[in-house]
Amino acid sequence: MGATHSASEEVRELEGKTGFSSDQIEQLHRRFKHLSGDQPTIRNLRKGPSGLADEINFEDFLTIMSYFRPIDTTMDEERVQLCRKEKLRFLFHMYDSDSDGRITLEEYRNVVEELLSGNPHIEKGSARSIADGAMMEAASVCVGRMEPDQVYEGITFDDFLKIWQGIDIETKMHVRFLNMETIALCH
Amino acid sequence: MGLQMLVPFGPWSWLFFLVALKCGGASSDLNESTNASPQHEPDVRFAAAGSEPAETVSVFALDYDYVQIPYEVTLWILLASLAKIGFHLSHRLPGLMPESCLLILVGALVGAIIFGTDHKSPPVMDSSIYFLYLLPPIVLEGGYFMPTRPFFENIGSILWWAGLGALINAFGIGLSLYLVCQVQAFGLSDVNLLHNLLFGSLISAVDPVAVLAVFEEARVNQQLYMMIFGEALLNDGISVVLYNILIAFTKMHKFEDIEPVDILAGCARFIIVGCGGVFFGVIFGFISAFITRFTQNISAIEPLIVFMFSYLSYLVAETLYLSGILAITACAVTMKKYVEENVSQTSYTTIKYFMKMLSSVSETLIFMFMGVSTVGKNHEWNWAFVCFTLAFCQIWRAISVFALFYISNQFRTFPFSIKDQCIIFYSGVRGAGSFSLAFLLPLSLFPRKKMFVTATLVVIYFTVFIQGITIGPLVRYLDVRKTNKKESINEELHTRLMDHLKAGIEDVCGQWSHYQVRDKFKKFDHKYLRKILIRENLPKSSIVSLYKKLEMKQAIEMAETGILSSTAFSMPHQAQRIQETKRLSPEDVESMRDILTHNMYQVRQRTLSYNKYNLKPQTSEKQAKEILIRRQNTFRESARKGHSLPWGKPAGTRNIRYLSFPYSRPQPAGRDVRVAEFTDHDGSDAEVPTIMFNTHSPTGSLQEGQRTQEIIPMKNLHRGGKPAHLGYQRNRAQEEQLGGGRRVVLRPKPLFHAVDEDFESGEESEEEASAIGSRWSAEHRPGRDLQGSHSPLLQSK
Repeated sequence: MGATHSASEEVRELEGKTGFSSDQIEQLHRRFKHLSGDQPTIRNLRKGPSGLADEINFEDFLTIMSYFRPIDTTMDEERVQLCRKEKLRFLFHMYDSDSDGRITLEEYRNVVEELLSGNPHIEKGSARSIADGAMMEAASVCVGRMEPDQVYEGITFDDFLKIWQGIDIETKMHVRFLNMETIALCH
Repeated sequence: MGLQMLVPFGPWSWLFFLVALKCGGASSDLNESTNASPQHEPDVRFAAAGSEPAETVSVFALDYDYVQIPYEVTLWILLASLAKIGFHLSHRLPGLMPESCLLILVGALVGAIIFGTDHKSPPVMDSSIYFLYLLPPIVLEGGYFMPTRPFFENIGSILWWAGLGALINAFGIGLSLYLVCQVQAFGLSDVNLLHNLLFGSLISAVDPVAVLAVFEEARVNQQLYMMIFGEALLNDGISVVLYNILIAFTKMHKFEDIEPVDILAGCARFIIVGCGGVFFGVIFGFISAFITRFTQNISAIEPLIVFMFSYLSYLVAETLYLSGILAITACAVTMKKYVEENVSQTSYTTIKYFMKMLSSVSETLIFMFMGVSTVGKNHEWNWAFVCFTLAFCQIWRAISVFALFYISNQFRTFPFSIKDQCIIFYSGVRGAGSFSLAFLLPLSLFPRKKMFVTATLVVIYFTVFIQGITIGPLVRYLDVRKTNKKESINEELHTRLMDHLKAGIEDVCGQWSHYQVRDKFKKFDHKYLRKILIRENLPKSSIVSLYKKLEMKQAIEMAETGILSSTAFSMPHQAQRIQETKRLSPEDVESMRDILTHNMYQVRQRTLSYNKYNLKPQTSEKQAKEILIRRQNTFRESARKGHSLPWGKPAGTRNIRYLSFPYSRPQPAGRDVRVAEFTDHDGSDAEVPTIMFNTHSPTGSLQEGQRTQEIIPMKNLHRGGKPAHLGYQRNRAQEEQLGGGRRVVLRPKPLFHAVDEDFESGEESEEEASAIGSRWSAEHRPGRDLQGSHSPLLQSK
């Protein structure tokens, strides 16, 4: 298995970085090759706004996947918190497209519009209103009562953590199969 | 002090009064009641009593026979309800024990009284009454209000646990008891293996009624609750099947030579019972959903359809010896999704409350009857049997819980901790189901039936009382994770995003998991099922429906409290401010309420979530536009006041206002809403944001073939106003734009321009927002050109 792999040190290195086992890395590598057509990198097919990488290589692929590993509950509390924070940071970056450390109203709106974009019957305006409502809610959770002149800049990472406090990221942000022997089902 | 003490006594004295009546009724029922009349006749001696031929017209007479049955049923139900009221009025009791305990005690008390006065056994609950009338409403309610998503996410674990758990328990208890019976010293040697197995099967059944009653108080997290509830629902099928099979064996006297064929037939029977029940439930669910599609003109019978079809599914399943409980649960789950979209708002509320009422009544009756049945001569006490039964129940449950969960935890990404497993172990509360099954045992085949009944009762009492009372403290002690029911838009958004993310990642990694199953099911659902079953197919995102639900809640609160407050609570002296603002006059409140009830959003529960395979080319969503309009006005309003956040508390609490009113609003001058005069007021005041409503006026002022929706902006809500369709007939041109011609957007001119203009205004505000940099403040529209018209609601100050 991994022993005869030509780049076994790489694998070990990846193992250390991402926490996957070598079997899982093998599996994902196969998948990566399938997706990329045996190229070393996957090109971003969608012409998205700036901020999205145009190409990712296998290491990036693995890193992203590693965010979705289930949290090992046998770890001690501190590490669990750390893992949780890592996942939330990943999520935060998904919202925060310009990476300035704050989720502004605009970015939030974009996210909501994307979410509702598949539904042709909801106009842009309503998505916007929803985003606004959510933002206000977030502000009220994070900042409490505000002075009349205060403005709410955007959701920082700490605020984001606060919002997510009640919600269980451990159960939501993981992909089950990564725990076991994977069964590739290409369709 | 004294008064508080009196209060709990009040219902108690009524209770005793009713009990006395009951006993009177019961005793006259037991005696021959033909000559009950003479003793109750008043002094007026006109009547001829008893056997004398009537020579004169009787002025007063008593006929108890005629009304006996409804009379007694009503008295029982009243007694149970009064017990419940008394229970809740007392301050200490609800924290101490679950309601079911108290009901059993009251029942036992009544039974004791009846027994004491008559020396006859009190009426025992008939098994057919339990299974046909009392059990279905409870299961229906449980199934209808069950959160389906966690259930289906955990379905594997639930099936594994419920199925195997019931089997292990039944056989384990039966076999162990058989071994105990072999011991000569206990005098139980005539109880053979089959009897013991049968007893094991009926005692291992966890009762959904009792479990729900016990867990009502102890709020545990949803996954745990799902496991417990799912087990209670599903193991009915198994234990009843087992019971029937073993009864059949006993009748056939075949216990000496049970062949493998029989065992295979038994296994096949399980599968048929389970799947058949579910199948019938689903069929009936679809039928009823289909029928509700056509009931828009007679919405009064919609609840009837829902209830009748559920009950029918139960009865049909029971006819075929399938699992009625599973059928009715499946029916409720299937029905709920589609029926909720089809029925009117009032029908929806009616269904909800009627269901709760029925199940509440059933539950109280069941527990009371159990209490009544304990007293009597149907018992035979055998120390060994009873004690060992109790011990083995607990032991085998522990074994099955820990063993089965150990295995299933290997396959779960989120395993159940030992604490959770302890709670699951502790949730094995037996109830009236076991009791009825014990009572159903034919005496001819089971000479020791009374002993079984006694043992069953002991187990029931033990689990309900001891476990019921201690489960709350246990949950707290073990610090099990609790539910957090926060309805917030953020949470919804994040959850939704997470779902997509996960589905995407799984897709990328080429895996097949239950998210994709769910996705595929939703695709199928949209393509075919909803076309057939839903009245008007309004695809809505769950985010939007939640949002609207929250907004509606606030609108209602606004109307009810009638408090005018501009952004007052973001100021330091919030309370003062609220006092200072003008109060609404009652008529205003009334008219506001009127408008609200007529013109509300049709907000539904979460019916479907966002699905990218949605293909419906239906008319566009008006409500979304309304939200936009309202939002913009809110922002405009708050911007005018100079702060970015008009409110400072999370959505869903009382103080959130989506309307902000200006400071110094004079008393509402009038309520006549006509298009005509729009007085101008100084530019500094706020355009009061409006609530846009959607109404399903049956005929409406617009003659459309189907339902119309009128969007009625309520500017300056405190002005009250008649339903705006009188005055706001404008922009009919909107119709075509909004597609389909089935909905009409009505907007008054002042604030709401045509559709494209709204967007335009939206864009402008965005530009402003971006112009101000990353500062997130509401759009500011000073001196917005209102085209010389304002809301008719604004009168002169």
